[in-house]
Amino acid sequence: MIVRDEVEDLRDTALDEVQLDRRLSETWSTPTGLWGALSTVDHKIIGRRYIYTAFIFLALGGILALAMRLQLSEPEARFIGPDRYNQIFTMHGTNMMFLFAVPVMEAMAVYLVPLMVGTRNIAFPRLNAFSYWMYLAGGLLLWIAFAVDTGPDVGWFAYVPLSGPQYAAGKRADIWAQMITFTEVSALAVAVEIVVTVLKQRAPGMSLDRIPLFVWSMLVTSFLIILAMPAIMIASTALILDRLVGTHFFNPAEGGDVLLWQHLFWFFGHPEVYIIFLPAVGMVSTIVATFTRRPVFGYLAMVMALVTTGVLAFGLWVHHMFVAGLPRLGESFFTASSMAIAIPAGLQIFCWLATMWAGRPVFKTPFLFVIGFMVIFVIGGMTGVMVASVPFDTQVHDTYFVVAHFHYVLVGGAVFPLLGAIYYWFPKITGRMMSETLGRWTFGLIFTGFNLTFFPMHILGLQGMPRRIYTYQPEMPWSGLNMFISLSAVILAAGFLLFFIDAIRSAASGPAAPDNPWGASTLEWATSSPPLPYNFARLPVVGSLEPLSNNSETLSVAGGLSVDRRELIVTSVVEALPEARESSPGNSIWPLWSALATTVLLIWSIFTPWAVVWGSIPVSIALIGWFWPKGTPEDDT
Amino acid sequence: MNRSVVLDLSKLPPHGLGTASLTWWGTLAFMLIEGTGFALSIVVYLYLMSLAPHWPLDAPPPDLLPGSGLTALLIVSLLPNMLIARWARQQNLAKVRIGLVIMSLLGVAPLFLRVLEFPAMHISWDQNAYGSIVWVMLGLHTTHILTDLVETLVLTCLMFSKHGDNPRRYGDVSDNAMYWNFVVATWLPMYVCLYWIPRL
Ligand code: HEM
Ligand SMILES: [Cu+2]
Repeated sequence: MIVRDEVEDLRDTALDEVQLDRRLSETWSTPTGLWGALSTVDHKIIGRRYIYTAFIFLALGGILALAMRLQLSEPEARFIGPDRYNQIFTMHGTNMMFLFAVPVMEAMAVYLVPLMVGTRNIAFPRLNAFSYWMYLAGGLLLWIAFAVDTGPDVGWFAYVPLSGPQYAAGKRADIWAQMITFTEVSALAVAVEIVVTVLKQRAPGMSLDRIPLFVWSMLVTSFLIILAMPAIMIASTALILDRLVGTHFFNPAEGGDVLLWQHLFWFFGHPEVYIIFLPAVGMVSTIVATFTRRPVFGYLAMVMALVTTGVLAFGLWVHHMFVAGLPRLGESFFTASSMAIAIPAGLQIFCWLATMWAGRPVFKTPFLFVIGFMVIFVIGGMTGVMVASVPFDTQVHDTYFVVAHFHYVLVGGAVFPLLGAIYYWFPKITGRMMSETLGRWTFGLIFTGFNLTFFPMHILGLQGMPRRIYTYQPEMPWSGLNMFISLSAVILAAGFLLFFIDAIRSAASGPAAPDNPWGASTLEWATSSPPLPYNFARLPVVGSLEPLSNNSETLSVAGGLSVDRRELIVTSVVEALPEARESSPGNSIWPLWSALATTVLLIWSIFTPWAVVWGSIPVSIALIGWFWPKGTPEDDT
Repeated sequence: MNRSVVLDLSKLPPHGLGTASLTWWGTLAFMLIEGTGFALSIVVYLYLMSLAPHWPLDAPPPDLLPGSGLTALLIVSLLPNMLIARWARQQNLAKVRIGLVIMSLLGVAPLFLRVLEFPAMHISWDQNAYGSIVWVMLGLHTTHILTDLVETLVLTCLMFSKHGDNPRRYGDVSDNAMYWNFVVATWLPMYVCLYWIPRL
């Protein structure tokens, strides 16, 4: 038993630095051991887990990509049969989008946003733990199903009628649909946490115009998630119902409609692209500012561009359905809006270029990835404007041109910034530096490998090679390029392998990182690397957009917080004026139980609708266990 | 890095109420998510209707009685709901307890009418797309009534326990009241959609 001090409600102002660190550690630490690991609600531990898991899924998806490239390297190859190939491209797309790209961006935010806004934990930290377990369960569901030959085989957007009860017998399509539920629940949970953290937990003085651009980008992204993901939840639920209990949402014979699926899917699916891309934009802005040693040119323009992109993202979904035969006027509208979205994107590129022009760029690995991003993304954007025109899209629809286009956008627009971001924040997260030499090699291999792999796919597409085919005849003029692409994919894979080696090696034995190795100006660098469980011993007070650059010797902080309970500050939305001291929930095992109970319900409900009735009982019990006060100082004011 | 204390927060309240409460904002965000879901279900209804040669498909318009009764009941429930929010603000334990018991009953009562609403549609979910969407809309809203009911029951138990008399719990009570307003408010467009659009 810890003997409590005489003083009721001990405040940090009464303690010197050493005592303060000791008391805060007592209050905020995660106990060691398995139980501690399972019940932690520390956003840094959960964020790290999220990041590791997402990168494991990246590696798995990459292995599938290599398998496809092996099969396509020569005509009439016999490595993979048609059924397995269908599963593989579906798994690759689904895995990359739902288990890697979206979660990894949210994962970075889970780790970084609380630090960057200067608070001690994310809002609703138990929900955060729950969201990770749900994500993990969804990923395991998909991959275990694939391992036992029940992986979905209907493409990553699972169009009906192919995925409906008539054409997709067995449980493969249900696995896909229910994996959606898992990942969307976890994504929505994180989105809510980020929104509330950003709106209400910013350091005193961090008014809206002092929010770091990465945090802005995550705020907009979170709103996109909140508004877009319900559409796919409704769609996938309707699909499961059609398949399980005989509803007719997508059955034209009984008044349903197959295009309804496409509308619902793409109403989510297009914003999904920006859910992946906007965080990357935030990462790029951060890296550009740090490595040019000056704030990004046009802060207001950058924020407006983020918000505009977010709004426009909802007006574009129909461009995925141009060949479905829609009214002419509708198509023109969606062409116009698809082209309009190039404007905010272009604006941001110009702001970055202006920043680099005016600054003194330091070409470290993170910055190299940013440059790679710009080159690749501009190419992807140009082919994007091309396919936004209906006649052109009609030609290249469902060919490798589209495969090339969206890999330029997704890999160029998201994976490059992400890798840069990993090199950039690695010292903060692990307390160690990655290797600059290996970093340059990694960048070189990935950049070269990527372009050699994907650029020729444009040509293949123009030559008429359809996507999603497991093989082709030797008479087709495609074999030379395919072999070239497959060999280039090996270079690309070597680059990723080197990245993983560097990351693992550096995490174990890289040189120790100082608090602020890059001389950056945002708050996450104002604490130790890696940060202590409570992030900041005294919460920072912010007076400018770049709190660390104005006077880098001392940090303005606030005093008067309690150290006996997990405490942080709630501030007002616009000006970030302090409103209350607030407790932050402590560790709890109940989020794990809740996630397990929900997992049972969701998987069971693939087989019988009664699972929803009976399965909701353990879910309710777990949720009550979660919310019932335990008499801790955090529960009782 | 040196730290200089420039701001004293020791006088701040130890718990935020209303817009200074994190759960208030969290509840709002979840309402935005679910509100989007409700709105989309209405859009799907209208979309299917726009495709159909006649509407409702192969069924008479639904009987008005159970649905209208439920709507009336939900609207009436807003009054005690408003009161309980006020009592929670005043941190009046005795009244909050009474209010929660009443709100629990008012959470159970609509379920009886809801059970009658499904047959009043005169169509089953597996007959055609019209049946599918009306069942899903009713089902979606029912889960929200159930969720709020469970939450209210748990809160009732809490307020009768030793954990009850605490500003944090009063905050929970008023957030729960806000959520019930949402459950009622989202029902109104669904009611118009389900019962009156087929009569146009
Ligand atoms: C980095 C190495 C990668 C390689 C070599 C690769 C390769 C491929 C290939 C060959 C296809 C076409 C399969 C077919 O149509 O038969 C494909 C499809 C796809 N890829 Fe990748 N990919 C890579 C990374 C990624 C990443 C990082 C993402 C997302 C962030 C991604 C998302 C997709 C999607 C959504 C599809 C469509 C799947 C479908 O047709 O249902 N890929 N990939
Ligand atoms: Cu799109």
